[in-house]
Amino acid sequence: MATYLIKRFFAMIVTLWLIITLTFFLMHALPGSPFNDERNTSEAVQKNLIAHFNLDQPVSVQYIEYLKSIVQFDFGPSIKKSSQTVNDLLGRGFPVSFELGMVTLVVAILSGILLGVLAALKHNGVIDYLAMTIAVLGISVPNFVLATLLIQQVAVNWELLPVATWKSWRHMVLPTLALATGPMAIIARLTRSSMLEVLTQDYILTAKAKGLTPFKIVFKHALKNALLPVVTVLGALAAGILTGTFVIEKIFAIPGMGKYFVDSINNRDYPVIMGTTIFYSALLIFLLFLVDVAYGILDPRIKLHKKEGR
Amino acid sequence: MEKILQVKNLHVSFRTYGGEVKAVRGVTFDLHKGETIAIVGESGCGKSVTAKSIMGLIPNPPGKITDGKILFKGKDLAKLPDRELRKIRGADISMIFQDPMTALNPTLTIGEQIMEGIIQHHKIARSDARKKALEILELVGIPSPKSRLKQYPHQFSGGMRQRIVIALALICEPEVMIADEPTTALDVTIQAQILDLFRDIQKKTGVSIILITHDLGVVAQVADRVAVMYGGKIIETGTKREIFYEPQHPYTKGLLNSVPRIDIEDAELVPIAGTPPDLFAPPAGCPFVARCEYAMEVCDRIYPTQTLKGNEHQVYCWLQDVRAKTSFATKW
Repeated sequence: MATYLIKRFFAMIVTLWLIITLTFFLMHALPGSPFNDERNTSEAVQKNLIAHFNLDQPVSVQYIEYLKSIVQFDFGPSIKKSSQTVNDLLGRGFPVSFELGMVTLVVAILSGILLGVLAALKHNGVIDYLAMTIAVLGISVPNFVLATLLIQQVAVNWELLPVATWKSWRHMVLPTLALATGPMAIIARLTRSSMLEVLTQDYILTAKAKGLTPFKIVFKHALKNALLPVVTVLGALAAGILTGTFVIEKIFAIPGMGKYFVDSINNRDYPVIMGTTIFYSALLIFLLFLVDVAYGILDPRIKLHKKEGR
Repeated sequence: MEKILQVKNLHVSFRTYGGEVKAVRGVTFDLHKGETIAIVGESGCGKSVTAKSIMGLIPNPPGKITDGKILFKGKDLAKLPDRELRKIRGADISMIFQDPMTALNPTLTIGEQIMEGIIQHHKIARSDARKKALEILELVGIPSPKSRLKQYPHQFSGGMRQRIVIALALICEPEVMIADEPTTALDVTIQAQILDLFRDIQKKTGVSIILITHDLGVVAQVADRVAVMYGGKIIETGTKREIFYEPQHPYTKGLLNSVPRIDIEDAELVPIAGTPPDLFAPPAGCPFVARCEYAMEVCDRIYPTQTLKGNEHQVYCWLQDVRAKTSFATKW
C-alpha cells in the first residue's frame, strides 16, 4: 500500500506540474495585459507597474520565478486587488466553495442512489417511471437555467427562500439544489441500471435462499456490488460540480473561489488565474485519488498494490 | 419411513410474451428422512423449477404455482406468504446452486456469508456464529478455516467455493437440502470429491437431500431413489437399483443408453432422436410420444396411468399397462 501511495503521489505532482506549465504559457499567450483597461493610466505608470510585477522579463524567466515561489506555497500578490495576496483570496473563498461543493456532492450521491435503488426495485412501476423522468430532466436542464427558474419561482414568487448570498442554511438550499440535480440524475440512472443487473445475479438468489429479509438482500448484497460503476463516475461528477460552482456562485452572489476565478481571467490577473487553477486542479486530482481508494474498499478483487506471495 | 416433505400434484407456469409456459405439470413425490432422491431429466424438463418452487424462489411474476401442494411439517409451502416462507428458507430447507463461481457474493467475506444465515434465523451472537461457521467449514473440508473465514470468494478455487456454498446451506442444520446440479460446473475429480462430501454430510447430519441433475453418473453415486422427469412430469420413479437395472419407460432406457461407456468395447452411444415437447402447448398424452419408437395411438391422446412395478417402482407408460395386449420386449 505504501509503495502505491508514494507512486501515486509522484504521479499527482507530475500531473499538477503539467497543468501549471500549460496554464502559465497559455495564459501569457492571451492578448491583453492586466493594465490596459478603461482607466487611462499614463505610460510611465504602466511601465513602472509592469516592472513591479516582473512582467517585463521574458516569459521563460517569469515561469522559473513562478515555479520557485509556488514550491514555497506562495502564489504571489493579486495584480488587480492591490494589497491582497492570492493566498488571502483562496483562504477566504475556499471554505465557502468547499461547503457548497461538499453539500452538493453529498446530496447528489445520497438522493441519486436512493432514487436509483427505488426505481430498480419497482422496475417498470410508477416509481420507476417517475424517478427516470426526474433523471432525464435533471440531465437535460443546465444548472444555470435551473438556478434562474428556482430563484424566480421559489425565491421571488413564493418568497420561501432568500434570493442570493451565503449566510444561513436557508441560503444554501437553492444553490445546492441547482447544482446537485444534474449529478443526482446521472447517479440515479447508473444506480438503477447496475442495480437491475446485480439483482439477476446468482448470489442474490443465494441470499434469498438463505431466508434473508428483502432489506438485507438489497442493501447488503446488491447495493455494494451495484455501486462500483457509480463510484467510477464520481471523479468526473466531482469535476462537474467544481466547474458548476463557478456559474452557480456567480448567479447566487456567493463569495466563493469561483468568483475570483472568473474575474481574474477577465482582468488578466495572472497570479490569481494561476493560483485558482492550481488550487482547483489539486483538489480534483485528490478527489480522483479518493475514488480509486474507494474502489479498492468496495471491491476486494481490485487490489491497489501487489500483495507479496500470491 | 417418515415422510419429511411431500410434493403433491405440483403445477408451475410462467407467463411470457409468447403465452403461458407450463413448466411443471403435476409433479408428485415424497422425500423420506435421511434419504437422497435424485430428480433426473434433460434441460427444460422442469426439474430446476420444481426445486425452486419448494423454496419459494420462483420469480413471481412471471412464475406462479398454479396448483398442488408442498407439505412440510404440516404446512403447505405453496400457499405460505413470503414472510412465513422466509423463516423456513435456509433454516429448515436450504439450497445449493449450480455454479459456485457466481453463487457467492464477490464483495463479502465468506465468513460473513456463512454467518449471516444463522444470525438471521437463530438470532445468535456473532462470536457464536463464528464458532459455528468454523465447525461447518471443518465439516465441508476447508483447511485452516480460521484464516479462510476472512477471505473473499475470489481467493478460492472452484471446488473450494462449492464446499463453501454447501457450508452456507448447512449452517442452520436444515432437515432438507436441495442441490440443483451441484457438480455440473466442476471438473470430474472435484465432482467425485463433492459427491463424497454429500454422502459424508448425510451420514453425520441425517439431512434429506433432493438432488437435481442430468448426470446419471452422479445419480449412481449418491442417490437412494430416482425420479425421472420429462416434459414437466415425472414419468418413472423407483429405487436406484430399479431404475438402473430394470428401467421400464422408453425414455429412461434412452437416457441410460446415451451414457458414454468405457467399460464395453465398441459400445455405441445411442442418442434419443428428436427434441423435447413444446411446453407452450404440451401434448395431451405422453410427452415423450413424438420421440418414442414404441409409440401407440393411445399414447398420443391420453396420458398414461400409473403402473406399479414394485413397491416403490412406478411408471407412467401405456406399454407397461396391464391392458396392453402383449408385453413389449423393448430394447434394453
